[in-house]
Amino acid sequence: MLVSIDWLKDYVNTQNETAGELAEKVTRAGIEVDAVIDRSEDLKKLVVGYVEECGKHPEADKLSLCQVNVGDETLQIICGAPNIAQGQKVVVALPGARLPGGMKIKKAKLRGEVSNGMICSLQELGIEGKVVPKAYADGIYVLPEDAPTGTDALDYLHLNDHVLELGLTPNRADAMSMLGVAYEVAAILSEDVKLPAINYETAAEKAESLLKLRVDAPDDNPLYVAKVVKNVKVAESPVWLQQRLMAAGVRPLNNVVDVTNFVLLEYGQPLHAFDYDDLKTGEIVVRRAKDGEKITTLDDQERKLEPHHLVITNGEEPVALAGVMGGANSEVSDKTSTVVIESAYFAPASVRQSSKDHGLRSDASSRFEKGIDPNRVEPAAERAAQLLAELAGGDVLEGSLIADSLDRSERTVTVSPDFINERLGMKIPFEEMIAILKRLKFETEAANNQLIIQVPTRRQDIRIEEDVVEEIARLYGYDEIPATLPVGESVPGGLTPYQEKRRLTRRFMESAGLLQAVTYALTSDKAARQFALQPTETTKLLMPMSEERSVLRQSLIPHLLEALTHNTARQNDSVALYEVGSVFLESAGELPDEQEHLAAAVTGLWVDHSWQGEKKAVDFYVLKGIIEGLADKLGLVLGFEKGELDGLHPGRTAFVLKDGERIGIIGQVHPAEQKARDLKETYVLELNLQALLAEEAAPLLYTPVPRFPSISRDIALVLDQATEAAAIEAVIRGAGGRLLKDVRVFDVYEGKNMEPGKKSVAFSLVYFDPEKTLTDEEVTEAHDRVLSALAAAGAEQRS
Amino acid sequence: MEAELKKLKEDVLGKIAEASDSKELNDVRVAYLGKKGPITDLLKGMGKLPAEERPKMGALVNEMRQEVTETLEARKEVLEAEAITKQLEAESIDVTLPGRPVNLGNAHPLTRIIEEIEDLFISMGYEIAEGPEVEKDYYNFEALNLPKGHPARDMQDSFYITEDILLRTHTSPVQARTMEQKEGEPIRIICPGKVYRRDNDDATHSHQFMQIEGLVVGEGIRMSDLKGTLTVFAKKMFGDEREIRLRPSFFPFTEPSVEMDISCFKCGGTGCNVCKGTGWIEILGAGMVHPNVLEMAGYDPKKMTGFAFGMGPERIAMLKYGVDDIRQFYTNDTRFLSQFQRTEV
Ligand SMILES: [Zn+2]
Repeated sequence: MLVSIDWLKDYVNTQNETAGELAEKVTRAGIEVDAVIDRSEDLKKLVVGYVEECGKHPEADKLSLCQVNVGDETLQIICGAPNIAQGQKVVVALPGARLPGGMKIKKAKLRGEVSNGMICSLQELGIEGKVVPKAYADGIYVLPEDAPTGTDALDYLHLNDHVLELGLTPNRADAMSMLGVAYEVAAILSEDVKLPAINYETAAEKAESLLKLRVDAPDDNPLYVAKVVKNVKVAESPVWLQQRLMAAGVRPLNNVVDVTNFVLLEYGQPLHAFDYDDLKTGEIVVRRAKDGEKITTLDDQERKLEPHHLVITNGEEPVALAGVMGGANSEVSDKTSTVVIESAYFAPASVRQSSKDHGLRSDASSRFEKGIDPNRVEPAAERAAQLLAELAGGDVLEGSLIADSLDRSERTVTVSPDFINERLGMKIPFEEMIAILKRLKFETEAANNQLIIQVPTRRQDIRIEEDVVEEIARLYGYDEIPATLPVGESVPGGLTPYQEKRRLTRRFMESAGLLQAVTYALTSDKAARQFALQPTETTKLLMPMSEERSVLRQSLIPHLLEALTHNTARQNDSVALYEVGSVFLESAGELPDEQEHLAAAVTGLWVDHSWQGEKKAVDFYVLKGIIEGLADKLGLVLGFEKGELDGLHPGRTAFVLKDGERIGIIGQVHPAEQKARDLKETYVLELNLQALLAEEAAPLLYTPVPRFPSISRDIALVLDQATEAAAIEAVIRGAGGRLLKDVRVFDVYEGKNMEPGKKSVAFSLVYFDPEKTLTDEEVTEAHDRVLSALAAAGAEQRS
Repeated sequence: MEAELKKLKEDVLGKIAEASDSKELNDVRVAYLGKKGPITDLLKGMGKLPAEERPKMGALVNEMRQEVTETLEARKEVLEAEAITKQLEAESIDVTLPGRPVNLGNAHPLTRIIEEIEDLFISMGYEIAEGPEVEKDYYNFEALNLPKGHPARDMQDSFYITEDILLRTHTSPVQARTMEQKEGEPIRIICPGKVYRRDNDDATHSHQFMQIEGLVVGEGIRMSDLKGTLTVFAKKMFGDEREIRLRPSFFPFTEPSVEMDISCFKCGGTGCNVCKGTGWIEILGAGMVHPNVLEMAGYDPKKMTGFAFGMGPERIAMLKYGVDDIRQFYTNDTRFLSQFQRTEV
């Protein structure tokens, strides 16, 4: 909403406030002023001029050489506008004038002829092109003949004005009109509101002699007011009206349409003007549309109607889509002489439906949707009639046609001052509350320590006691509210065990050297199930904005890989990222099964300390070591089993097991996939974090530090290349007995000196007895058992 | 014999002084003090001396032996010290060469902001509540006083999955769910999480972003409690000198509703580019929980009241760290992410 202060002053006294002060007060009271626009900013030395002569420039076809009377002298000015003509009153920027954009007007020579200034278009005065009347869109602005030559053009054009740009919240639909803003400003400044005085002479002829009205759908249209104005002369509106519309961001069209727009802005009441002759039937019937009926709206779109759409008809065919847009068949044109003004209340739901079905939102429809003031429907019609009489020379026929079943009663809200103060934590005196309600022009009765408030219908947002609390508080001043802290029973705050362990997990990943990434949950259909441990049906958006973001992910890995590619494409070859985020799996319930996952993706060097000769690329065991370390932190024992997953290297992939359940995956990205993503060797892991962190960890109890020494024995074995170390370890552990404390692989060798298809794996075994110092015999006995078990399992000792 | 003794002493002391390392010194010791050395010989030869001379000579020889031994020891210490010095010199390194790097990861800047806020409120007795990102229309809108057809609820702003299921547009449904769960009990929660809106991604918009909200419900919760709580938050988060101001605003789920500004942390309130010259920066929206919301969740609004507030971690991170493009948070460029390594304490 754009509010011209010059215009606002018609209704409320703001003279003690600068525009900036007023803006600040309005903002602090609850309606945010997004901007204060100074309409005369950068404008200086502009006068009304009279074009006494206008001829062609001798050297340039497209330029005119004008002699312009600017009051005390006549200046030669060269003008390039196509619509310049002798006899016009125009806006002249004199030498020394300033125009927006830092332009300075100087005496100049153009193709040998002197130009002492510039004749201006509205755009050159800083007015947005989209609100400039079409007739002047591509040329200079032509003033009425009676514009006084030599006077200050800014005064004449009402440009010595500031405009407040209001950012309105949906509840303050009341401030979508000048009167609404006037009430708000009046409440803030403790001023009165002056309503427009409506008086005009009516013709003897009665409106009902020309027009009949019938409303067949009173639920959707509980109030319809029609006025008839004859002998209207459609023309350009006076300068003040054009300027007010332009200040409000509306393009002037002709006096009839301008009047309806002016009253809309003034009262917040959408109006429509029909050409009476084009109605043809002398009748208006408001009804639901018939199946298959059509209407061509003012924007030249043909629209198919359905029976739930409310239409205005001439008794035969639709002439307007009620509350949304008029029909092209009854539009006011230059030839119009009799105008029917419609001022009506259309039910919000009905207008919303029409507007939605036709994908058509107009200023009118959005106002009806929010709910207009039922008590302004008739005054707005009268105001429009008055202005048509004044500005278009129309004869307003006596009376109105009214179909009325609208409830206009005011809502009563009763609230006690104690309630208000308790809610606010304040002690606002009773009298102060009454004074504030008076400033708001809310009729209030104070009885039995209660405020009984009649809420004017313009304030549809005031419904309950809490709404009154807000009105009182905002006008009393939010700065006056003290700062306290909640009292009452307080419980110690904290994280749940899951949240605590999730933080631990994140810290662990970070201290392991990975950066936390956050990627998008929405992805493409193709990527949605990639790398998913257990892919299911996907969850799709009804109306995605793009294919790229149309489906919810089932794995974090695809977007992490995208992030790796983003980085490696920018000369960062070594990247280690992790993410904690949700994936979305199909479920039997209403909502998808949202699982929180932990994922990581690593590429490039893991150790990079080259001057000491240490340089190591990431490999499977780096990520596996991270999972194992995390498991240690969480007090878990995880298993790993070789597995395959689409997109991963079939020889370098493992499932991560917890209590035998697959809860994750770890592996190298498939070389083909790496190539497609422009990545070098890359490893990923993804774990179902909820499964990983599901159980509460066991209490931590210390084991006594060993008092007796342990003895270690090494075994080197020759194994088939395919034999997994874990299988051999299991054999060793199975045979070692109670003294075998630990088994660890300390060397793996393949290649030279080894038979093809074989590898050497060396284990270190630690024997230990917590009760006493071990004897050699005891160790040998246990170790011999291990050796024979290994032999039995076909693991031959390396000689 | 005395002269012989004197000569021998001079010889051995000379050799000791000449020894340049422990090995040479040891050779001298063995040569002179060893079983086959001249001093032993001297002692052996004492038997040939007249009986009355023996004690005197014995004393002289012992004295000399003592002196030689002591000199040897002293020389040994000097030589050892020299050897260590030499070794240390040889072992000296270039301390300016870079150390072996530790792989350093760190939290995402938004996590950093969220955890800071979580921890602040945890210390004030709050718990962290979470909920699904794919949410029922009921919890996302209806339970928050946004019935179907409410003007503040625009279908175009949300990602719907079905008519009744959508990607949550704010974390407020977690509040609705928590209230329903707590069945009339007092509540103090913070709800962080991801939310989604139909926006084209640009420097200031992101279709996915974070939110963090707070909710307090109890008997006699007042608007002044909201103001006090937010004051504590603002000072803790943005510095002790921060002042806050509340401006009336509108949210369907609170009444009264406010927006909170803090005094600009860059210019302190005199006006700069961060605060667009106003001296104030808009940080969050808040208000007293709307009685309809309480009622729908099974609370008696006559008995229990509450306040709620919500803010965008992206906005706070952008203000706090000077980030100028919201997409930075979701591009995961390590040159960006790794800047949030160090502490600000
Ligand atoms: Zn500032």
